[in-house]
Parts: sequence; structure tokens; C-alpha cells
Amino acid sequence: MSWKLWTLKKSLFVYHVNVGACNNCDIEIVELLTPQYDVERFGIVLVGSPRHADALLVSGICTRQAEPRLQELYRATAKPCVVLCVGSCALSQGVFADAYHAGHCVDEAIRAVDPNAIIAYVPGCPPKPEAMILGVIKVWEKLEELAGGKPAAAAHPLAEVART
Amino acid sequence: MGLLGMIVALIVGSIGTIVLGLAAKWVDRKVTARLQWRVGPPWYQPAVDCLKLMGKETVMPAVARGTGFLAAPVVGLSGACLAATMLWAMNLWVGSGFVGDAIVVLYLFTIPSLATMLGAAASGSTHASVGASREMKMLLSYELPLTIALLVAIVHTGNSFRIAEIVGAQQSGHAVALSISGVLALIVAIFCVQAKLGLVPFDQAEAETELMAGVYTEYSGPPLAVIYITRALMLAALPIFLITLFMGGVHMTGWRVIVSVLQFVLLLVVITLIRNTNPRVRIDQGVWFFWYLVTPVALAALALAMIGQHYEVTWL
Repeated sequence: MSWKLWTLKKSLFVYHVNVGACNNCDIEIVELLTPQYDVERFGIVLVGSPRHADALLVSGICTRQAEPRLQELYRATAKPCVVLCVGSCALSQGVFADAYHAGHCVDEAIRAVDPNAIIAYVPGCPPKPEAMILGVIKVWEKLEELAGGKPAAAAHPLAEVART
Repeated sequence: MGLLGMIVALIVGSIGTIVLGLAAKWVDRKVTARLQWRVGPPWYQPAVDCLKLMGKETVMPAVARGTGFLAAPVVGLSGACLAATMLWAMNLWVGSGFVGDAIVVLYLFTIPSLATMLGAAASGSTHASVGASREMKMLLSYELPLTIALLVAIVHTGNSFRIAEIVGAQQSGHAVALSISGVLALIVAIFCVQAKLGLVPFDQAEAETELMAGVYTEYSGPPLAVIYITRALMLAALPIFLITLFMGGVHMTGWRVIVSVLQFVLLLVVITLIRNTNPRVRIDQGVWFFWYLVTPVALAALALAMIGQHYEVTWL
């Protein structure tokens, strides 16, 4: 496993993007930082600028207004980076799929910029923090798969948290 | 000391201070986490953060001026490295330094701020420009009280502008902080250091989530790692600067090493506590605080120190 992948696993800077969410997912995301879950134990912190980020945490249906901004944000993020779609809206636009203000789904909008983007899907309305942690582990497994290594992320202490 | 010796001292001093700074950064994050009833990151977290940033892509904004944008972090790091090495040398060897080196060190400590402003202005981002203007205002407000606090230490230790003599006078007599004016000057200097480090309540230049990441908005990858290292280095060097000026210097031999380490950790924890128990103030409040509150206190401390020296009252 390359040192780049190892450090990426040990220190994940997350930029939170709201592209038309009802704030319920956002509240659950912030809960990850509270004493109950405390993801800073694993080096995961929220940062203020997409240039610093390794992961874009996207919540919301991706409205027509937000879609070009989301694509611009993805372009602005320093690579390698991953995208986590959090919540039913980000996955499939949920009940807003046919609404007048809905753009494309988050993954479609991002794949229009980068067809090889690594995107994890965390379902739920809102998803539990444990589900988001599991999403991060899935991203690691995918990264390791891409790096050609054996998936070892299941042994990570975060996997333990996600199971309980 | 020849040129080679100086180069070796610079490398050893810089790397040593960077390692110490990363440890200080961890202490800062761990204490913050414990205050918030969390567990906090493992001890190697700051180093891993730097390594990771080293392996990331450097995004060049289309409107950025490449040379200034990329050179600024390196300039800032070199200034901070030089200041830290000079501090170590003057604490280690009593005879080292030159007349006026206290002013040079103070000046070198402003170079990271100046470089940050240059880099932010060169990045062509509106968020960074607002951050740079705030950084400049903070620099103009906290430099004067810090200089006056330095003068208090100089008055106490026999009117010498050599740091080695300030340290020597404290080690043969008593620490500057063991007097009323010394305590006042130390408090003033701690506030100034807080602003110099860009920590809450004086982090208007970075102002995370208000200005995205303020002056650092456009940086990514290795340049961001250099900025991260510079900030870690300053987090170690500035408490050492305070110990040198007010708390009897850094001891490198005997049981007094423990005293120095305790003083360092104490200052670090005080800085972290201030950062964790205060909100970010507006830029005008910050400038008001330093100009109309901290500067008069610093002037009063200076007056007290001069009266004390004149009438030979050591506790004043």
C-alpha cells in the first residue's frame, strides 16, 4: 500500500456541500463530530475550503441552481478526492425527482465532470452517523481496490464503530 | 561559529522546532478534544496530515500569480525557521547573538504573517483578499503592544537588546515574570501571541466558514503542507520566545529542563484554553482590543518597570 493511500486513510479532510438539503442530513453530519462518535479520533475533520478537502460530503437533491456550483466545487477540490452522497435526496432526489427545480442527481452531475470519480452512497432520511462511517470505510475499500492492495479496511477501528 | 556551523545549526534547529511544533499541535488538538469531552486524535495526527498534504495535487487558480502564490509559504517558513534557530542558539550559548538581536527575532516572527498576506493577495481569491486585509489590520494592532512587552523585559534585565543577556540576567537574578510589570507584560504578550498564531478569538484572517478558509482558501497540496508546518513551528517557537523573555529562559541542562518543559506546556495549554473558551471577535473589536486595552496596559507595565528600575524596587 502506498504512503499516499495510507496517509489519506489516516487523515481525511471533509468539505460539506449542501446542494438543496432540508438540513436534517446536515445535523446528522455535525453529530459525527460530537463526543458520541468523535471521528477526529481517526483524523477526520471538517475544513472550510474545498481546496483543502479530500472528501466532499454532499447532501441535498442537487437543484438546478446548485448543479453547476457542485461541479465547480468538484473541479476546485485537490485530487485525489472522493465524494460521499449523504441521504436519500443525494442518492435519487427522493420525492423531489420530478420537481420543477430539480437538476440531475448528485452522482450524474459529478460524473459529467469526472467519469472516474469515486462516489459512495449513504442511504437514509437522514442516514444514521454509523451509516456515514460505513460509507467512509467503503470508500477506503474502493481506494485499496484501485491501488491493487488487499482490502484490509474491515480491520480498521472505524469498522468496529460502524458495526455497533 | 563558521558558515558550516551556522548551516548545521539552522537545519538542526528548524527540524527540531518543527517536530516540537507538531507535538505542540497535537497537544492543542488533544486538549481541545478533552475540553469538549471527546477522545481526540492520536499523537501522530499532525505529522500524518502534513504527509498527506504533501502527496496531494497542487491546484493553481487561473487568476493566481504563480510565483508569489507558491513562493509565499516558503518565505514564511524560512523566516520562522530562522527566528526559531536564533532563539535556540541564544538560549543554549550565553555568549551568542549580537546587539539588537531581540529586534531581529521580533521582526523575523512577523515574516510568516507578511508572507501569508502576499500569498493571499497573489491567489486572486476574494475570500483570501478579505483575509489578507484582516491579517494586515491585526498585524498593525498587535505589533505595538508586543514590542512594548519586549521593552519591559529589556528594562528589567539591564537595558540590553541582546536576548542572550536578557536570559543571562534572568538566570543570575530573578525571572521578569516575578514582578508586577513582568506579569502584566507576560499577559499582554500572551494575547499578542494568540493573535500572531491566528487562533480564536483573533482568527479573523482565517475565519473558517465565514471566509471559507480566509487567507489559505486557495492553497492545496504541498504549499498547504508548508503553511501547516509554519503554523506548527510558530506554535512551538512563540511560547519559547515568551519563556526566553519573561520566564527565565529555556534551560537545556540538569533538572531545570523539567521546569522549562512545564512552562512550555503551561503556556500551550493557556493558549488552547483561550482559543476554546472564546468566540471569534469582529475585526474592529480585535483592533479596538489591542489599541485601547492591551497597549495602555503594556505602557503601564513599561512605566512600572522603569520606576522600579530607577528606585531599585525589584518586585515592581
